[in-house]
Amino acid sequence: MRHDLILRVIAKLLIPFILLFALYVQFHGDFGPGGGFQAGVILAAAVIFYALIYGLADARKVVPEPLVESMMAVGVMIYGGVGVAGLLLGGNFLDYFVLDHDSVHGQHRGIFWVEVGVATTVSGVMLKIFYMFADRGNADDE
Amino acid sequence: MAITVLVIARSRNLFGVIVLGGIYSFLMATVLVAMDAVDVAMTEAAVGAGISTVLFLGALYLCKSEEAQPVNKPWLPLLVSLAVGAALVYGTVGLPEFSNPQAPIHTHVVPRYLNDIKTEVDVPNVVTAVLASYRGYDTFGETTVVFTAGAGVVALLRRRRNKSKDRKA
Amino acid sequence: MSLGGHFTYFITIFLMIAGLFIVIARGNLVKKLVGLGIFQTSVYLLYIAPGKLVGGTAPILSEAFTVYSSPLPHVLILTAIVVGVATLALGLALVVRIREAYDSIEEDQILERDNQPGREDAA
Repeated sequence: MRHDLILRVIAKLLIPFILLFALYVQFHGDFGPGGGFQAGVILAAAVIFYALIYGLADARKVVPEPLVESMMAVGVMIYGGVGVAGLLLGGNFLDYFVLDHDSVHGQHRGIFWVEVGVATTVSGVMLKIFYMFADRGNADDE
Repeated sequence: MAITVLVIARSRNLFGVIVLGGIYSFLMATVLVAMDAVDVAMTEAAVGAGISTVLFLGALYLCKSEEAQPVNKPWLPLLVSLAVGAALVYGTVGLPEFSNPQAPIHTHVVPRYLNDIKTEVDVPNVVTAVLASYRGYDTFGETTVVFTAGAGVVALLRRRRNKSKDRKA
Repeated sequence: MSLGGHFTYFITIFLMIAGLFIVIARGNLVKKLVGLGIFQTSVYLLYIAPGKLVGGTAPILSEAFTVYSSPLPHVLILTAIVVGVATLALGLALVVRIREAYDSIEEDQILERDNQPGREDAA
């Protein structure tokens, strides 16, 4: 029991920082190393860490299955949405410079939304795969 | 890293093999930082040493076995590997040397990226700008690949609902 | 031709043949996947090593530096890493299903059981 307590306390201290780091890597990806993929993986790692310490049932309550499944698809749709928005505003598919009044600001906006879409899909997929593996083990024990 | 790889090849305890795989990914991330590839190093560390190890351990828990003793000495595969290695050595001697600014990898497209990013995109991280803007279509395909992998795993591992007992969750 | 200038290729080739050896010489499926991962990382090194310039820096534009290492292989390898983990996840899911169907993850035992006539499908 003592070991369990230490792990829980440390997890409670660390998980907010890991989540914050994931957000930092996501949004600071323009100025330093980082970007969508890394942020998505770190976000999934934080939730997996929570699931390892507190159990799969608690993790399922915090991040329920329908949310994870929709995150997988929504990310790809955001990416496609940015592309289609470029189409609707007069350029080619995935043209960013038509997205705003100024070509450079359009690029910024496009890159921002594209990275958000990528991070959502990557974190959703990693988490879903973890849930599937862990769930298979649970049902096999019966 | 060479030592890690050799121990992986010889070890029979699967749990040890997976942990050594994680150590190997971490060392590879360090080498990548030495090669100035900071984005790639961060991704390799997170994905290789993090997610890969977690997935391997999950699969190992579901499989629950050790590696059996190999039946015969692996001379033929060793010979094949060494032959492939020799062919590769013969091929790479013609490639440009390490850190040669005249190599083709540094001409053609890269000066255009490095020079024009300030005016066209104005994002200091060149790798993110190229990935999201200049080569955005490839990244779209990659996101779709990740989604397909998730869908594939769901299709492979989904529980059948014809069991009459309740699921614990 | 100077061998000293090509040392990164030798390291890459060593890792590559080690990964290849693990994949073809070991029968355990999980170990094969680990070997495949080693092979993949050696390919990343193959692409990134020629991009480095001694005296250059990471390709993040800044006022203090003029020489940058080439960003082009970084972009390609970033995609490759993510695709690699996707295939790894699918491979592991297949291994789990194989284990449930054949009750073993050794290649020769699986082939043996597959060749037995009249084996009923356990999946």
